Amino acid sequence: MVEEIGRTADGDIIINVGPQHPATHGVLHLVITINGETIKKVEPHLGYIHRSIEKMCESLTYRQFIYVTSRMDYLSSHINNHACALCVEKALQIEVSSRAQVVRILLDELTRIASHELWWGAMAMDLGAFTPFFHAFRERETINDIMEETCGARLTMNYIVPGGIMQDIHPNFQKRIKDFIKLYKSKISEYDELVTGNIIFQNRMKGVGYLSAEDAISFGVTGPAARGSNISCDVRKIYPYEIYDQLEFVEVLETGCDSFARYMVRIREMNQSIRIIEQLVDNIPEGDFQTKTKAVLKLPKGEFYQRVETARGEFGVYIVSEGGTTPYRIKFRSPGFSNLSALDHMARGSKLGDLVAIMGTLDLVIPDIDR
Amino acid sequence: MQEFKKEVSFVEKNKIAIKKKNMFIVNYIKDVFNGVKSLVVGLRRTMYYFSHHKEIITEQYPDNRDTLVLPDRFKGEVILVHDENNEHACTGCTACELACPNATIKIITKFDISPEGKKKKAIDKFVYHLELCTMCNLCIVACPTDAIKMAQTFEHSVYNRAELTKVLNKQGSKIREGVE
Ligand code: SF4
Ligand code: SF4
Repeated sequence: MVEEIGRTADGDIIINVGPQHPATHGVLHLVITINGETIKKVEPHLGYIHRSIEKMCESLTYRQFIYVTSRMDYLSSHINNHACALCVEKALQIEVSSRAQVVRILLDELTRIASHELWWGAMAMDLGAFTPFFHAFRERETINDIMEETCGARLTMNYIVPGGIMQDIHPNFQKRIKDFIKLYKSKISEYDELVTGNIIFQNRMKGVGYLSAEDAISFGVTGPAARGSNISCDVRKIYPYEIYDQLEFVEVLETGCDSFARYMVRIREMNQSIRIIEQLVDNIPEGDFQTKTKAVLKLPKGEFYQRVETARGEFGVYIVSEGGTTPYRIKFRSPGFSNLSALDHMARGSKLGDLVAIMGTLDLVIPDIDR
Repeated sequence: MQEFKKEVSFVEKNKIAIKKKNMFIVNYIKDVFNGVKSLVVGLRRTMYYFSHHKEIITEQYPDNRDTLVLPDRFKGEVILVHDENNEHACTGCTACELACPNATIKIITKFDISPEGKKKKAIDKFVYHLELCTMCNLCIVACPTDAIKMAQTFEHSVYNRAELTKVLNKQGSKIREGVE
Protein backbone atom coordinates (compact mmCIF):
# COMPACT_ATOMS: atom_id res chain seq x y z
CA MET A 1 0.00 0.00 0.00
CA VAL A 2 1.28 3.42 -0.88
CA GLU A 3 1.56 5.62 2.14
CA GLU A 4 -0.63 8.67 1.90
CA ILE A 5 0.58 12.00 3.18
CA GLY A 6 -0.71 12.49 6.69
CA ARG A 7 -1.57 8.81 7.14
CA THR A 8 0.32 5.83 8.44
CA ALA A 9 0.34 2.43 6.74
CA ASP A 10 -2.48 1.31 9.05
CA GLY A 11 -4.66 4.18 7.95
CA ASP A 12 -4.23 6.23 11.11
CA ILE A 13 -4.19 9.96 10.74
CA ILE A 14 -1.16 12.02 11.70
CA ILE A 15 -1.87 15.53 12.90
CA ASN A 16 0.24 18.37 14.23
CA VAL A 17 -0.52 20.24 17.41
CA GLY A 18 1.60 23.36 17.60
CA PRO A 19 4.19 24.77 17.45
CA GLN A 20 1.86 27.76 17.49
CA HIS A 21 -0.99 26.48 19.59
CA PRO A 22 -2.33 28.17 22.71
CA ALA A 23 -2.86 24.89 24.54
CA THR A 24 0.79 23.90 24.39
CA HIS A 25 1.75 26.99 26.44
CA GLY A 26 4.63 27.81 24.20
CA VAL A 27 6.28 26.58 21.07
CA LEU A 28 5.92 22.87 21.62
CA HIS A 29 5.24 20.80 18.53
CA LEU A 30 3.39 17.52 19.02
CA VAL A 31 2.99 15.05 16.19
CA ILE A 32 0.03 12.89 17.08
CA THR A 33 -1.08 9.64 15.49
CA ILE A 34 -4.81 9.11 15.98
CA ASN A 35 -7.23 6.39 15.13
CA GLY A 36 -10.58 8.09 15.07
CA GLU A 37 -10.59 9.96 18.36
CA THR A 38 -8.15 7.68 20.12
CA ILE A 39 -4.54 8.69 20.50
CA LYS A 40 -2.05 6.06 19.41
CA LYS A 41 1.18 7.99 19.71
CA VAL A 42 2.38 11.41 20.78
CA GLU A 43 5.75 12.56 19.53
CA PRO A 44 7.06 15.85 20.90
CA HIS A 45 9.34 17.80 18.57
CA LEU A 46 11.59 20.26 20.32
CA GLY A 47 13.97 22.97 19.31
CA TYR A 48 11.74 25.89 18.45
CA ILE A 49 13.00 27.99 21.32
CA HIS A 50 16.48 26.58 21.73
CA ARG A 51 18.89 29.31 22.78
CA SER A 52 21.88 27.13 23.68
CA ILE A 53 21.89 28.44 27.21
CA GLU A 54 24.30 25.77 28.40
CA LYS A 55 26.84 26.75 25.77
CA MET A 56 26.31 30.44 26.50
CA CYS A 57 27.09 29.85 30.15
CA GLU A 58 30.54 28.55 29.25
CA SER A 59 31.59 32.06 28.29
CA LEU A 60 30.05 33.78 31.31
CA THR A 61 31.59 34.18 34.74
CA TYR A 62 30.10 32.63 37.85
CA ARG A 63 28.30 35.86 38.68
CA GLN A 64 27.02 36.42 35.20
CA PHE A 65 25.63 33.00 34.31
CA ILE A 66 22.90 33.14 36.96
CA TYR A 67 20.71 35.63 35.15
CA VAL A 68 20.43 33.35 32.11
CA THR A 69 18.71 30.65 34.15
CA SER A 70 15.80 33.03 34.76
CA ARG A 71 15.06 32.62 31.09
CA MET A 72 14.64 28.87 31.31
CA ASP A 73 11.75 28.15 33.61
CA TYR A 74 10.59 31.73 33.77
CA LEU A 75 7.80 30.93 36.21
CA SER A 76 10.20 29.72 38.86
CA SER A 77 13.13 31.86 37.82
CA HIS A 78 13.91 32.67 41.40
CA ILE A 79 14.37 29.03 42.31
CA ASN A 80 16.59 28.46 39.27
CA ASN A 81 18.79 31.37 40.34
CA HIS A 82 18.86 29.89 43.79
CA ALA A 83 20.16 26.56 42.52
CA CYS A 84 23.00 28.21 40.63
CA ALA A 85 23.99 30.37 43.57
CA LEU A 86 23.93 27.34 45.87
CA CYS A 87 26.13 25.37 43.51
CA VAL A 88 28.74 28.14 43.34
CA GLU A 89 28.59 28.58 47.12
CA LYS A 90 29.05 24.87 47.62
CA ALA A 91 32.13 24.86 45.42
CA LEU A 92 33.68 27.87 47.11
CA GLN A 93 32.44 26.93 50.58
CA ILE A 94 30.86 30.32 51.16
CA GLU A 95 28.79 30.64 54.30
CA VAL A 96 25.55 32.47 53.66
CA SER A 97 24.13 34.61 56.45
CA SER A 98 20.90 33.40 57.97
CA ARG A 99 19.14 36.58 56.90
CA ALA A 100 19.88 35.89 53.26
CA GLN A 101 18.82 32.26 53.66
CA VAL A 102 15.45 33.17 55.10
CA VAL A 103 14.78 35.80 52.46
CA ARG A 104 15.74 33.37 49.74
CA ILE A 105 13.32 30.76 51.03
CA LEU A 106 10.54 33.32 51.38
CA LEU A 107 11.02 34.36 47.79
CA ASP A 108 11.25 30.74 46.65
CA GLU A 109 7.95 29.87 48.22
CA LEU A 110 6.28 33.01 46.89
CA THR A 111 7.53 32.04 43.45
CA ARG A 112 6.12 28.56 43.91
CA ILE A 113 2.71 29.92 44.80
CA ALA A 114 2.77 32.35 41.89
CA SER A 115 3.73 29.56 39.53
CA HIS A 116 1.03 27.20 40.80
CA GLU A 117 -1.53 29.96 40.57
CA LEU A 118 -0.69 30.64 36.97
CA TRP A 119 -0.82 26.92 36.30
CA TRP A 120 -4.22 26.70 37.96
CA GLY A 121 -5.62 29.45 35.77
CA ALA A 122 -4.08 27.99 32.64
CA MET A 123 -5.27 24.50 33.53
CA ALA A 124 -8.88 25.69 33.84
CA MET A 125 -8.49 27.57 30.59
CA ASP A 126 -7.26 24.43 28.86
CA LEU A 127 -10.52 22.79 29.85
CA GLY A 128 -12.59 25.69 28.61
CA ALA A 129 -13.16 27.80 31.72
CA PHE A 130 -11.91 31.32 31.24
CA THR A 131 -12.91 33.08 34.48
CA PRO A 132 -10.48 31.23 36.80
CA PHE A 133 -7.59 32.63 34.84
CA PHE A 134 -8.39 36.13 36.02
CA HIS A 135 -8.96 35.03 39.58
CA ALA A 136 -5.57 33.36 39.60
CA PHE A 137 -3.93 36.44 38.20
CA ARG A 138 -5.37 38.62 40.92
CA GLU A 139 -3.41 36.79 43.62
CA ARG A 140 -0.39 36.32 41.41
CA GLU A 141 -0.32 40.05 40.78
CA THR A 142 0.12 40.67 44.50
CA ILE A 143 3.16 38.41 44.53
CA ASN A 144 4.55 40.10 41.45
CA ASP A 145 4.19 43.44 43.20
CA ILE A 146 6.24 42.13 46.13
CA MET A 147 8.90 40.94 43.69
CA GLU A 148 8.85 44.21 41.84
CA GLU A 149 9.36 46.19 44.99
CA THR A 150 12.17 44.10 46.45
CA CYS A 151 13.90 42.60 43.43
CA GLY A 152 13.10 45.22 40.83
CA ALA A 153 11.53 42.86 38.34
CA ARG A 154 8.41 40.80 38.04
CA LEU A 155 9.59 37.70 36.27
CA THR A 156 13.33 37.61 35.68
CA MET A 157 14.53 38.78 39.04
CA ASN A 158 18.23 37.92 39.19
CA TYR A 159 18.13 38.81 42.87
CA ILE A 160 20.10 35.89 44.26
CA VAL A 161 23.86 36.16 43.93
CA PRO A 162 26.61 33.87 45.19
CA GLY A 163 26.97 34.80 48.85
CA GLY A 164 23.48 36.05 49.53
CA ILE A 165 21.06 38.43 47.89
CA MET A 166 21.79 41.43 45.71
CA GLN A 167 20.17 44.17 47.80
CA ASP A 168 18.63 44.19 51.23
CA ILE A 169 14.90 43.62 51.37
CA HIS A 170 12.54 46.52 50.89
CA PRO A 171 11.12 47.98 54.16
CA ASN A 172 7.62 47.03 53.03
CA PHE A 173 8.59 43.44 52.32
CA GLN A 174 7.15 41.80 55.44
CA LYS A 175 3.98 43.87 55.51
CA ARG A 176 3.27 43.13 51.89
CA ILE A 177 3.70 39.40 52.41
CA LYS A 178 1.31 39.45 55.35
CA ASP A 179 -1.22 41.28 53.23
CA PHE A 180 -0.81 38.63 50.60
CA ILE A 181 -1.36 35.80 53.08
CA LYS A 182 -4.55 37.47 54.23
CA LEU A 183 -5.76 37.90 50.67
CA TYR A 184 -4.83 34.35 49.76
CA LYS A 185 -6.67 32.84 52.70
CA SER A 186 -9.83 34.79 51.95
CA LYS A 187 -9.79 33.79 48.31
CA ILE A 188 -8.63 30.17 48.28
CA SER A 189 -12.16 28.86 48.83
CA GLU A 190 -13.09 30.40 45.49
CA TYR A 191 -10.66 28.07 43.78
CA ASP A 192 -12.59 25.07 45.04
CA GLU A 193 -15.95 26.63 44.29
CA LEU A 194 -15.03 27.57 40.77
CA VAL A 195 -12.98 24.62 39.61
CA THR A 196 -12.23 21.78 42.03
CA GLY A 197 -15.84 21.05 42.89
CA ASN A 198 -17.10 21.48 39.37
CA ILE A 199 -18.55 18.25 38.06
CA ILE A 200 -17.47 18.79 34.47
CA PHE A 201 -13.95 19.46 35.61
CA GLN A 202 -13.86 16.38 37.83
CA ASN A 203 -15.20 14.11 35.14
CA ARG A 204 -12.56 15.30 32.75
CA MET A 205 -9.76 14.82 35.26
CA LYS A 206 -10.55 11.67 37.20
CA GLY A 207 -9.19 8.49 35.72
CA VAL A 208 -7.56 10.37 32.86
CA GLY A 209 -3.85 10.35 32.15
CA TYR A 210 -2.96 7.43 34.35
CA LEU A 211 0.69 7.34 35.38
CA SER A 212 1.67 4.52 37.70
CA ALA A 213 4.40 4.97 40.27
CA GLU A 214 6.74 2.58 38.42
CA ASP A 215 6.30 4.44 35.16
CA ALA A 216 6.79 7.77 36.83
CA ILE A 217 10.12 6.58 38.20
CA SER A 218 11.27 5.05 34.95
CA PHE A 219 10.47 8.23 33.01
CA GLY A 220 12.23 10.35 35.62
CA VAL A 221 9.11 12.36 36.40
CA THR A 222 9.60 14.64 39.40
CA GLY A 223 7.73 17.32 41.24
CA PRO A 224 3.98 17.52 41.68
CA ALA A 225 3.45 15.27 38.66
CA ALA A 226 5.26 12.42 40.42
CA ARG A 227 3.79 13.16 43.83
CA GLY A 228 0.37 12.64 42.30
CA SER A 229 1.49 9.04 41.78
CA ASN A 230 2.46 8.74 45.43
CA ILE A 231 6.21 9.02 44.93
CA SER A 232 8.01 10.92 47.62
CA CYS A 233 10.47 13.06 45.69
CA ASP A 234 10.46 16.49 47.27
CA VAL A 235 14.07 17.69 47.22
CA ARG A 236 13.27 20.06 50.08
CA LYS A 237 12.61 17.01 52.26
CA ILE A 238 15.02 14.43 50.90
CA TYR A 239 18.10 16.60 50.29
CA PRO A 240 17.31 19.72 52.30
CA TYR A 241 19.17 22.85 51.32
CA GLU A 242 19.34 26.15 53.19
CA ILE A 243 17.14 25.83 56.30
CA TYR A 244 14.37 23.69 54.87
CA ASP A 245 15.15 20.91 57.35
CA GLN A 246 14.22 23.21 60.25
CA LEU A 247 10.86 24.16 58.81
CA GLU A 248 7.53 22.53 59.40
CA PHE A 249 5.73 21.44 56.30
CA VAL A 250 4.53 18.17 54.86
CA GLU A 251 5.33 16.70 51.53
CA VAL A 252 2.03 16.56 49.67
CA LEU A 253 1.29 13.10 48.28
CA GLU A 254 -1.76 11.79 46.41
CA THR A 255 -2.48 8.22 45.47
CA GLY A 256 -4.82 8.73 42.53
CA CYS A 257 -2.11 8.58 39.82
CA ASP A 258 -4.47 10.46 37.48
CA SER A 259 -4.86 14.04 36.34
CA PHE A 260 -7.01 14.91 39.32
CA ALA A 261 -4.38 13.68 41.77
CA ARG A 262 -1.76 15.88 40.16
CA TYR A 263 -4.17 18.77 40.31
CA MET A 264 -4.82 18.24 44.01
CA VAL A 265 -1.10 18.02 44.78
CA ARG A 266 -0.52 21.52 43.45
CA ILE A 267 -3.54 22.99 45.20
CA ARG A 268 -2.45 21.48 48.51
CA GLU A 269 1.16 22.43 47.92
CA MET A 270 0.20 26.09 47.79
CA ASN A 271 -1.15 25.80 51.31
CA GLN A 272 2.12 24.24 52.45
CA SER A 273 4.05 27.11 50.92
CA ILE A 274 1.83 29.54 52.80
CA ARG A 275 2.66 27.59 55.95
CA ILE A 276 6.39 27.96 55.33
CA ILE A 277 6.01 31.66 54.63
CA GLU A 278 4.02 32.17 57.83
CA GLN A 279 6.80 30.57 59.85
CA LEU A 280 9.46 32.81 58.40
CA VAL A 281 7.90 36.15 57.63
CA ASP A 282 8.12 37.46 61.20
CA ASN A 283 11.45 35.80 61.90
CA ILE A 284 13.81 37.32 59.39
CA PRO A 285 17.07 37.51 61.36
CA GLU A 286 19.12 40.67 61.43
CA GLY A 287 22.53 40.65 59.86
CA ASP A 288 24.29 40.96 56.55
CA PHE A 289 22.32 40.21 53.47
CA GLN A 290 25.43 39.28 51.58
CA THR A 291 28.66 37.59 52.54
CA LYS A 292 31.77 39.36 51.28
CA THR A 293 33.12 37.44 48.35
CA LYS A 294 36.09 38.00 46.09
CA ALA A 295 35.48 40.32 43.17
CA VAL A 296 36.37 37.56 40.73
CA LEU A 297 35.05 34.13 41.58
CA LYS A 298 37.26 31.20 40.65
CA LEU A 299 35.88 27.75 41.28
CA PRO A 300 38.38 25.03 42.23
CA LYS A 301 38.98 22.28 39.75
CA GLY A 302 36.27 19.66 39.96
CA GLU A 303 32.64 18.84 39.44
CA PHE A 304 29.77 20.29 41.44
CA TYR A 305 26.11 19.46 41.51
CA GLN A 306 23.23 21.07 43.33
CA ARG A 307 19.56 20.25 43.10
CA VAL A 308 16.54 22.19 44.25
CA GLU A 309 12.81 21.74 44.08
CA THR A 310 11.23 24.15 41.62
CA ALA A 311 7.50 24.45 41.08
CA ARG A 312 7.78 21.76 38.41
CA GLY A 313 10.15 19.30 39.99
CA GLU A 314 13.80 18.68 40.50
CA PHE A 315 16.11 21.22 38.95
CA GLY A 316 19.81 20.41 38.94
CA VAL A 317 22.89 22.45 38.13
CA TYR A 318 26.05 20.57 37.22
CA ILE A 319 29.22 22.59 36.88
CA VAL A 320 32.52 21.24 35.62
CA SER A 321 35.31 23.61 36.50
CA GLU A 322 38.87 23.68 35.26
CA GLY A 323 39.83 26.18 37.89
CA GLY A 324 39.17 29.28 35.81
CA THR A 325 36.74 32.15 36.05
CA THR A 326 34.26 30.58 33.64
CA PRO A 327 32.85 27.05 33.76
CA TYR A 328 34.26 24.40 31.46
CA ARG A 329 30.84 22.84 31.06
CA ILE A 330 27.42 23.46 32.57
CA LYS A 331 24.51 21.07 32.46
CA PHE A 332 21.05 21.88 33.68
CA ARG A 333 18.69 19.12 34.65
CA SER A 334 15.34 20.67 33.94
CA PRO A 335 12.19 19.06 35.33
CA GLY A 336 10.06 19.85 32.29
CA PHE A 337 12.14 17.74 29.92
CA SER A 338 11.72 14.51 31.86
CA ASN A 339 8.08 15.20 32.61
CA LEU A 340 7.38 15.70 28.93
CA SER A 341 8.87 12.30 28.12
CA ALA A 342 6.04 10.67 30.06
CA LEU A 343 3.38 12.41 27.96
CA ASP A 344 3.37 9.80 25.21
CA HIS A 345 2.86 7.01 27.71
CA MET A 346 0.08 8.84 29.56
CA ALA A 347 -1.84 9.96 26.52
CA ARG A 348 -1.85 6.64 24.63
CA GLY A 349 -5.35 5.23 24.43
CA SER A 350 -7.10 8.34 25.67
CA LYS A 351 -9.21 10.66 23.58
CA LEU A 352 -7.81 13.58 21.65
CA GLY A 353 -9.74 16.07 23.78
CA ASP A 354 -8.04 14.77 26.91
CA LEU A 355 -4.56 15.37 25.58
CA VAL A 356 -4.67 19.02 26.53
CA ALA A 357 -5.91 18.16 30.01
CA ILE A 358 -3.11 15.65 30.50
CA MET A 359 -0.54 18.08 29.21
CA GLY A 360 -1.92 20.74 31.53
CA THR A 361 -1.38 18.60 34.61
CA LEU A 362 2.29 18.18 33.69
CA ASP A 363 2.65 21.97 33.88
CA LEU A 364 5.08 22.27 31.01
CA VAL A 365 7.10 25.41 30.44
CA ILE A 366 8.63 25.11 27.02
CA PRO A 367 11.76 27.32 27.41
CA ASP A 368 12.63 25.07 30.33
CA ILE A 369 12.44 21.99 28.11
CA ASP A 370 14.34 23.50 25.20
CA ARG A 371 16.84 25.72 27.01
CA MET B 1 -31.64 -30.54 43.32
CA GLN B 2 -29.35 -28.93 40.91
CA GLU B 3 -32.23 -27.65 38.81
CA PHE B 4 -33.70 -26.00 41.85
CA LYS B 5 -30.45 -24.30 42.72
CA LYS B 6 -30.22 -22.96 39.22
CA GLU B 7 -33.69 -21.51 39.49
CA VAL B 8 -32.88 -19.75 42.74
CA SER B 9 -29.77 -18.28 41.35
CA PHE B 10 -31.71 -17.11 38.34
CA VAL B 11 -34.23 -15.34 40.55
CA GLU B 12 -31.41 -13.86 42.61
CA LYS B 13 -29.71 -12.66 39.50
CA ASN B 14 -32.86 -11.05 38.30
CA LYS B 15 -33.24 -9.28 41.61
CA ILE B 16 -29.70 -7.99 41.49
CA ALA B 17 -30.22 -6.79 37.95
CA ILE B 18 -33.34 -4.87 38.94
CA LYS B 19 -31.53 -3.43 41.94
CA LYS B 20 -28.64 -2.41 39.70
CA LYS B 21 -31.03 -0.76 37.30
CA ASN B 22 -32.64 1.15 40.15
CA MET B 23 -29.23 2.11 41.48
CA PHE B 24 -28.24 3.29 38.06
CA ILE B 25 -31.29 5.55 37.85
CA VAL B 26 -30.70 6.86 41.37
CA ASN B 27 -27.06 7.53 40.61
CA TYR B 28 -27.97 9.16 37.35
CA ILE B 29 -30.38 11.56 39.04
CA LYS B 30 -27.82 12.20 41.77
CA ASP B 31 -25.19 12.99 39.16
CA VAL B 32 -27.46 15.42 37.39
CA PHE B 33 -28.37 17.08 40.65
CA ASN B 34 -24.74 17.32 41.80
CA GLY B 35 -23.70 18.61 38.42
CA VAL B 36 -26.25 21.39 38.45
CA LYS B 37 -25.36 22.21 42.03
CA SER B 38 -21.65 22.52 41.27
CA LEU B 39 -22.43 24.76 38.33
CA VAL B 40 -24.63 26.98 40.46
CA VAL B 41 -21.90 27.25 43.09
CA GLY B 42 -19.43 28.36 40.45
CA LEU B 43 -21.85 30.76 38.82
CA ARG B 44 -22.66 32.33 42.16
CA ARG B 45 -19.00 33.34 42.40
CA THR B 46 -19.17 34.83 38.94
CA MET B 47 -22.35 36.73 39.76
CA TYR B 48 -20.77 38.01 42.96
CA TYR B 49 -18.02 39.72 41.01
CA PHE B 50 -20.51 40.85 38.41
CA SER B 51 -22.37 42.81 41.08
CA HIS B 52 -19.28 43.98 43.03
CA HIS B 53 -17.46 46.28 40.66
CA LYS B 54 -15.32 47.70 43.44
CA GLU B 55 -13.36 44.47 43.76
CA ILE B 56 -12.19 44.56 40.19
CA ILE B 57 -8.49 45.28 40.15
CA THR B 58 -7.78 45.74 36.47
CA GLU B 59 -5.36 48.56 35.78
CA GLN B 60 -6.42 50.95 33.05
CA TYR B 61 -3.06 51.25 31.37
CA PRO B 62 -2.23 53.48 29.44
CA ASP B 63 -4.98 55.79 30.71
CA ASN B 64 -3.41 55.77 34.18
CA ARG B 65 0.04 56.78 32.96
CA ASP B 66 0.03 59.97 35.03
CA THR B 67 -0.78 58.24 38.27
CA LEU B 68 1.24 55.11 37.69
CA VAL B 69 3.99 54.80 40.29
CA LEU B 70 6.62 52.14 39.85
CA PRO B 71 8.74 51.02 42.78
CA ASP B 72 12.09 52.77 42.91
CA ARG B 73 13.98 49.52 42.49
CA PHE B 74 12.23 48.77 39.23
CA LYS B 75 14.78 47.96 36.57
CA GLY B 76 13.83 49.90 33.46
CA GLU B 77 17.06 51.10 31.89
CA VAL B 78 20.55 52.09 32.96
CA ILE B 79 21.19 55.81 33.34
CA LEU B 80 24.20 57.85 34.32
CA VAL B 81 23.24 60.18 37.15
CA HIS B 82 23.97 63.86 36.47
CA ASP B 83 23.51 66.54 39.10
CA GLU B 84 22.38 70.14 38.50
CA ASN B 85 25.94 71.25 37.55
CA ASN B 86 25.96 68.65 34.77
CA GLU B 87 28.45 66.56 36.67
CA HIS B 88 28.52 62.81 37.09
CA ALA B 89 30.53 60.36 39.19
CA CYS B 90 31.90 58.07 36.50
CA THR B 91 35.66 57.69 36.58
CA GLY B 92 35.87 55.47 33.55
CA CYS B 93 37.12 52.47 35.46
CA THR B 94 35.17 50.05 33.19
CA ALA B 95 34.09 47.85 36.09
CA CYS B 96 30.53 47.95 34.77
CA GLU B 97 31.68 47.00 31.29
CA LEU B 98 33.45 43.94 32.67
CA ALA B 99 30.51 42.95 34.86
CA CYS B 100 28.00 43.04 32.03
CA PRO B 101 27.22 39.62 30.59
CA ASN B 102 25.99 40.95 27.25
CA ALA B 103 28.57 43.58 26.32
CA THR B 104 25.87 46.19 26.64
CA ILE B 105 28.16 48.89 27.94
CA LYS B 106 31.17 50.31 26.12
CA ILE B 107 33.25 52.93 27.88
CA ILE B 108 35.40 55.07 25.64
CA THR B 109 37.96 57.00 27.66
CA LYS B 110 40.13 59.99 26.92
CA PHE B 111 42.80 61.90 28.80
CA ASP B 112 41.98 65.31 30.21
CA ILE B 113 44.79 67.73 30.91
CA SER B 114 44.20 69.36 34.28
CA PRO B 115 45.21 73.02 34.89
CA GLU B 116 48.37 71.81 36.59
CA GLY B 117 49.32 70.03 33.42
CA LYS B 118 48.60 66.52 34.73
CA LYS B 119 46.97 63.87 32.61
CA LYS B 120 43.73 62.49 33.99
CA LYS B 121 41.61 59.65 32.67
CA ALA B 122 37.96 60.51 32.01
CA ILE B 123 35.12 59.16 29.96
CA ASP B 124 34.66 60.39 26.45
CA LYS B 125 31.55 58.36 25.72
CA PHE B 126 29.48 56.04 27.86
CA VAL B 127 27.80 53.95 25.18
CA TYR B 128 24.83 51.90 26.28
CA HIS B 129 22.99 49.44 24.05
CA LEU B 130 19.50 49.24 25.45
CA GLU B 131 18.60 46.59 22.90
CA LEU B 132 21.15 44.21 24.41
CA CYS B 133 20.43 44.93 28.05
CA THR B 134 18.69 42.29 30.14
CA MET B 135 18.22 44.49 33.23
CA CYS B 136 20.25 42.15 35.39
CA ASN B 137 21.56 44.92 37.68
CA LEU B 138 25.11 43.54 37.68
CA CYS B 139 26.65 46.76 36.35
CA ILE B 140 24.96 48.87 39.03
CA VAL B 141 26.30 46.59 41.76
CA ALA B 142 29.79 46.61 40.25
CA CYS B 143 30.15 50.38 40.02
CA PRO B 144 32.46 51.58 42.84
CA THR B 145 31.24 55.20 42.74
CA ASP B 146 27.50 54.62 42.29
CA ALA B 147 27.61 56.63 39.10
CA ILE B 148 24.92 54.63 37.32
CA LYS B 149 21.49 53.52 38.42
CA MET B 150 18.30 52.00 37.10
CA ALA B 151 15.56 54.30 35.84
CA GLN B 152 11.89 53.44 36.10
CA THR B 153 11.06 54.00 32.44
CA PHE B 154 9.62 51.04 30.63
CA GLU B 155 8.12 52.16 27.34
CA HIS B 156 11.13 51.50 25.18
CA SER B 157 9.58 50.82 21.80
CA VAL B 158 11.06 52.77 18.93
CA TYR B 159 10.80 52.50 15.16
CA ASN B 160 14.49 52.27 14.49
CA ARG B 161 16.82 49.94 16.29
CA ALA B 162 19.67 52.43 16.14
CA GLU B 163 17.77 54.74 18.48
CA LEU B 164 18.29 52.24 21.26
CA THR B 165 22.04 52.78 21.27
CA LYS B 166 22.54 55.69 23.62
CA VAL B 167 25.38 57.81 24.88
CA LEU B 168 24.66 58.27 28.54
CA ASN B 169 27.00 61.11 29.47
CA LYS B 170 25.42 64.43 28.58
CA GLN B 171 27.00 67.02 26.32
CA GLY B 172 29.70 68.96 28.16
CA SER B 173 29.34 67.01 31.38
CA LYS B 174 32.36 66.29 33.51
CA ILE B 175 33.31 64.29 36.54
CA ARG B 176 32.34 65.66 39.92
CA GLU B 177 35.12 67.12 42.10
CA GLY B 178 36.51 64.68 44.59
CA VAL B 179 35.31 61.46 43.01
CA GLU B 180 38.20 59.08 42.60
S1 SF4 C 1 21.73 45.69 33.55
FE1 SF4 C 1 22.94 43.87 33.06
S2 SF4 C 1 22.78 43.64 30.86
FE2 SF4 C 1 22.14 45.73 31.34
S3 SF4 C 1 23.99 46.95 31.14
FE3 SF4 C 1 23.85 46.36 33.28
S4 SF4 C 1 25.05 44.48 33.42
FE4 SF4 C 1 24.64 44.82 31.26
S1 SF4 D 1 29.84 53.80 35.59
FE1 SF4 D 1 30.91 53.18 37.46
S2 SF4 D 1 31.77 51.17 36.95
FE2 SF4 D 1 31.19 52.11 35.02
S3 SF4 D 1 33.06 53.11 34.32
FE3 SF4 D 1 31.89 54.65 35.44
S4 SF4 D 1 32.67 54.54 37.53
FE4 SF4 D 1 33.36 52.69 36.50
